[in-house]
Amino acid sequence: MTNPRLLPLYATIAIFLVACVICYVQFPYMASTRVLGNLLTDNAYLGIVAVGMTIVILSGGIDLSVGSVIAFSGVFIAVVLRETNLHPLLVFALLLIVTTAFGAAMGGLIHVLAMPAFIVTLAGMFLARGAAYMLTIDSVPIDDPFFTMLQKAYYLMPGKGRLTLIGVLMLITVAVGMVIAHRTRFGASVYALGGGEQTAKLMGVKVGQTTVGIYAFSGFMAGLSGSVFAIYTGAGYPLATVGTELTAIAAVVIGGAILTGGAGYVFGTLLGVLTMGLIQTYIVFDGSLSSWWTKIVIGGLLLMFIVLQKGLLRLTALRLSGGTA
Amino acid sequence: MQRSLAALAPQLITLAAVVVLVWVFFPGFLDIRLVDGRLVGPVIDILKRGAPVALLATGMTLVIATRGIDLSVGTVMAICGAVAAWAIDGGLGLGGAVALAIAAGLVAGLWNGTLVAIVGIQPIVATLILMTAGRGIAQLITEGRILTFTHDGFSWFGSGTFLTVPVPAVIWVVTGITVALLMRRTALGLLIESIGINRRASALAGINATVLLIAVYMASGLCAALAGIITAADIRGADANNAGLWLELDAILAVVIGGNSLLGGRFSVAASLIGAMIIQTIDTGILLAGFPSEYNLVIKAALVLVILVLQSPRMAAEWRTWRAARAEPKPTGRVQEDAP
Repeated sequence: MTNPRLLPLYATIAIFLVACVICYVQFPYMASTRVLGNLLTDNAYLGIVAVGMTIVILSGGIDLSVGSVIAFSGVFIAVVLRETNLHPLLVFALLLIVTTAFGAAMGGLIHVLAMPAFIVTLAGMFLARGAAYMLTIDSVPIDDPFFTMLQKAYYLMPGKGRLTLIGVLMLITVAVGMVIAHRTRFGASVYALGGGEQTAKLMGVKVGQTTVGIYAFSGFMAGLSGSVFAIYTGAGYPLATVGTELTAIAAVVIGGAILTGGAGYVFGTLLGVLTMGLIQTYIVFDGSLSSWWTKIVIGGLLLMFIVLQKGLLRLTALRLSGGTA
Repeated sequence: MQRSLAALAPQLITLAAVVVLVWVFFPGFLDIRLVDGRLVGPVIDILKRGAPVALLATGMTLVIATRGIDLSVGTVMAICGAVAAWAIDGGLGLGGAVALAIAAGLVAGLWNGTLVAIVGIQPIVATLILMTAGRGIAQLITEGRILTFTHDGFSWFGSGTFLTVPVPAVIWVVTGITVALLMRRTALGLLIESIGINRRASALAGINATVLLIAVYMASGLCAALAGIITAADIRGADANNAGLWLELDAILAVVIGGNSLLGGRFSVAASLIGAMIIQTIDTGILLAGFPSEYNLVIKAALVLVILVLQSPRMAAEWRTWRAARAEPKPTGRVQEDAP
């Protein structure tokens, strides 16, 4: 008997493969390393932030602030680089400290005040966006030699596809996320918390520490994603990435995680991000379909996954009750 | 009456505090004049501009009372606005446009309600589906353009006046009172609260939880439709991308500032409406007070955080123990503290 918890992940893999086949049959040119490279590059920031979101959702929480934090990051990098002579790497480090602290503060509020994560991170979303506005209301270009080098850094794959630095960074982040979620004590605590706070407490999980850690991790990932987004666009703009938090949540759900927490895989999230990217690429290749079909198809996929999970849960419940009877 | 006023006290005090705060920065805040048969002034402006959030908050209160949440309302606004604009451009007239828009809102609510009550999907995910797909649907209706129209009858919903008061304000007040009466003068409110506290127990007690849940989401859809009509009528066009964008978050915030628990159960529509007005007063007040508009969000976030911290369950518990400690004779408390 296979682990029923793996079934949503298998479904995600199957749908991704089916999507690949459909794309290949219709447009054979899509099976090139160029498309693959672009897919990774275009979705790098989303993939990174979705890893953070996966951890949050595994714990049964939600983080609505990430889209704003990404925008803040871009603006922060652009403005600091414009105003000072700091090295970009130092700016990245500063930014990651700020966003991690921001996430930790939200986690602390959630734990100490016993308020729903939804509301606390909603306030965080306003705060981060507002902070971005306060730095600047314009789109600030970044022209720094080191930054340009990062933008142009890529490995030429066979078939002339470009494996860019940020694409690789995304893949590394996913790998790190997988290790943290599935192979560390912190990861086990996250899953336990997602299964139920009361039980987690009884099992000896330090709920407060873990909650702060989870949102700090998400804040760190949002900061990293913001840096990647700044490299990707070469500018900081306070109105950028509005609604990315919901796209990230959608990617996590399509990746097979359950929003109530306690079940899901980081690898599934990567496939969720890539599936959504693939739909977009398909629509670009087709040319006659309008961009709003992306939203409708993603909505449909979301529905399909959730119904599938519901069915699986009911099936396992039936099997369990059948086993005991 | 007195009891309900006492229950609203925290929200009323907050609103008064915000109003005083704005008034200090902008002394003309409370001026109201009658110009050309319509009332004008910052307060009237708040009542008018707060209409969409107030309407959404009315429906959202009911949904949250059942322990649910409706993320799709902003998108439903866009869909209903698009439907209304499409109907007017198609020559269906005022009645047809309003009826179709309201029907669209009800269908959206039926969809959400079915997913939640029958399929058994978590509300936040169930409504996320429509939130994501809905903007696509709205764009499908408007064919990706901003559908504009000229129809004086329909525009009245957005910029007209009724007995010198702006129509949007009238609509949300009337809707709010109707819903509040419907909830409190019948058993409906009680039944909704019982579902929010324990759906299974209420079902066992003979409440038709499934039908009631669907009805609640349809009510939320209806409120969103009204808000969509007002927004579309106000700008004389339907903008599928921006109509109602992120208003669901403001509506949820209004409900929470109104002191309603996101975990369902006891609710007050009036408190949510005051919450909506608090948010709108903050928004308008920041502009009137002459702060650069870049500061809006930060000030708003800070104020919201303060209000939420003051209202959080932990703080309420602390406050109660503090009051209890004060009510007790002091010396005993001292002795106990010193004992270990």
